Amino acid sequence: MSINITLIGQIITFALLVWFVMEYVWPVLFTALEERKKKIADGLAAAEKGHEDMLLAEQKAKGLLKTAKDQSSDIVSLAQRQANEIVEESKNTAKKEGDRLILAAKAQIDQEVQHSKETLRKEVAALAVAAAEQILVAEIDKTKHQEIVNKISNRL
Amino acid sequence: MATEAHAAEGATGYIIHHLTPLSVGEGFWTLHLDTLFFSAVLGGLFVWFFKKAAENATTEVPGLVQNFVEMMVEFVDTQVKDSFHGHSKLIAPLALTIFCWVFLFNFMDLFPIDLLPAIGSVMGIPYLRVVPSTDLNATFALSISVFCLIIFYNLKIKGLWNFSKELLFHPFNHWLLIPFNLLLNFVEYLAKPISLALRLFGNLYAGELIFMLIALLPAYLQPVLSLPWAIFHILIITLQAFIFMVLTIVYLSMAHEEAH
Repeated sequence: MSINITLIGQIITFALLVWFVMEYVWPVLFTALEERKKKIADGLAAAEKGHEDMLLAEQKAKGLLKTAKDQSSDIVSLAQRQANEIVEESKNTAKKEGDRLILAAKAQIDQEVQHSKETLRKEVAALAVAAAEQILVAEIDKTKHQEIVNKISNRL
Repeated sequence: MATEAHAAEGATGYIIHHLTPLSVGEGFWTLHLDTLFFSAVLGGLFVWFFKKAAENATTEVPGLVQNFVEMMVEFVDTQVKDSFHGHSKLIAPLALTIFCWVFLFNFMDLFPIDLLPAIGSVMGIPYLRVVPSTDLNATFALSISVFCLIIFYNLKIKGLWNFSKELLFHPFNHWLLIPFNLLLNFVEYLAKPISLALRLFGNLYAGELIFMLIALLPAYLQPVLSLPWAIFHILIITLQAFIFMVLTIVYLSMAHEEAH
């Protein structure tokens, strides 16, 4: 249990060990550790960036979707308006056409009526003449009337 | 000591036998072969393991060995960065070496107490003390090296003039108190390596001694006592290695800082 030359031997061993570790072990391991740390940090940063990009894209997609929705609703309302207009227009046209047709029909009817009246008048007149003829035939007194005719004829 | 061990029989003989190092030489020129051998083997193991991991180190997903080694490096680096604010190429590898080496020293304590000496005696080795940190030479070798580094960095960072001024005028800045300051600083500086070495030595020596005492008990009692003690010792050996490392870092960072 005494201090002796072993001490010197131990110091030499210790110095050699420390030198070896300092020269060949620590720097290599430490560099590897630092590099991996950097790699992991880079990876994490990339992941973070990806996440941010995704959020950005999501936002952008949302915006696009919103504009598309707006646009489509605009288009729909426009189409509706246009359809309404068309319906309104065709209604008007139809009404006009109908009016025109009615007017034409009325005119034709009037014409027909006029024509019928004319025909009727003519027929009535003919009938009246025929009736008058009949009456005349029945009422004629040959002697009496011969006198009249003769009188007239004499004037000639 | 060796002759006493032969003379004493029974429990005392057993303990003395276990505490006697395998040595050659006389007096100061004695070499504790077991301490030198085991510490060199453990140091080689540590360096081989870490070197292999360093060679295969990739920045890809690490394997089991690399993961473990990186954990150690990271752990030591955190400790160094926590208390040392300068920049030094040496301190982190030094701390790693101290932690691992001391831990491996201490770990030898967890081998069954008679296993390696018994194998040794079969091979014709009369004494074998397997835990290097129960040898004052091993612990003082570490702490004296650290002490030399403390002095070296004090001189390097502060310069001879500032360092001397700190020794003479700190903590009491008055010329009349120079001798007192000098004495105080002398004790303070000397206490560092001594406390470092003796703390580690004391803990491991006591732990080893208790294992020996347990080994002297009847066989049916031994597991009941040695198992809890061994489990407790896992904590002790790690803690002692950790304390040695942290104090080294703290002392060296103090050497790097200017006087208040």
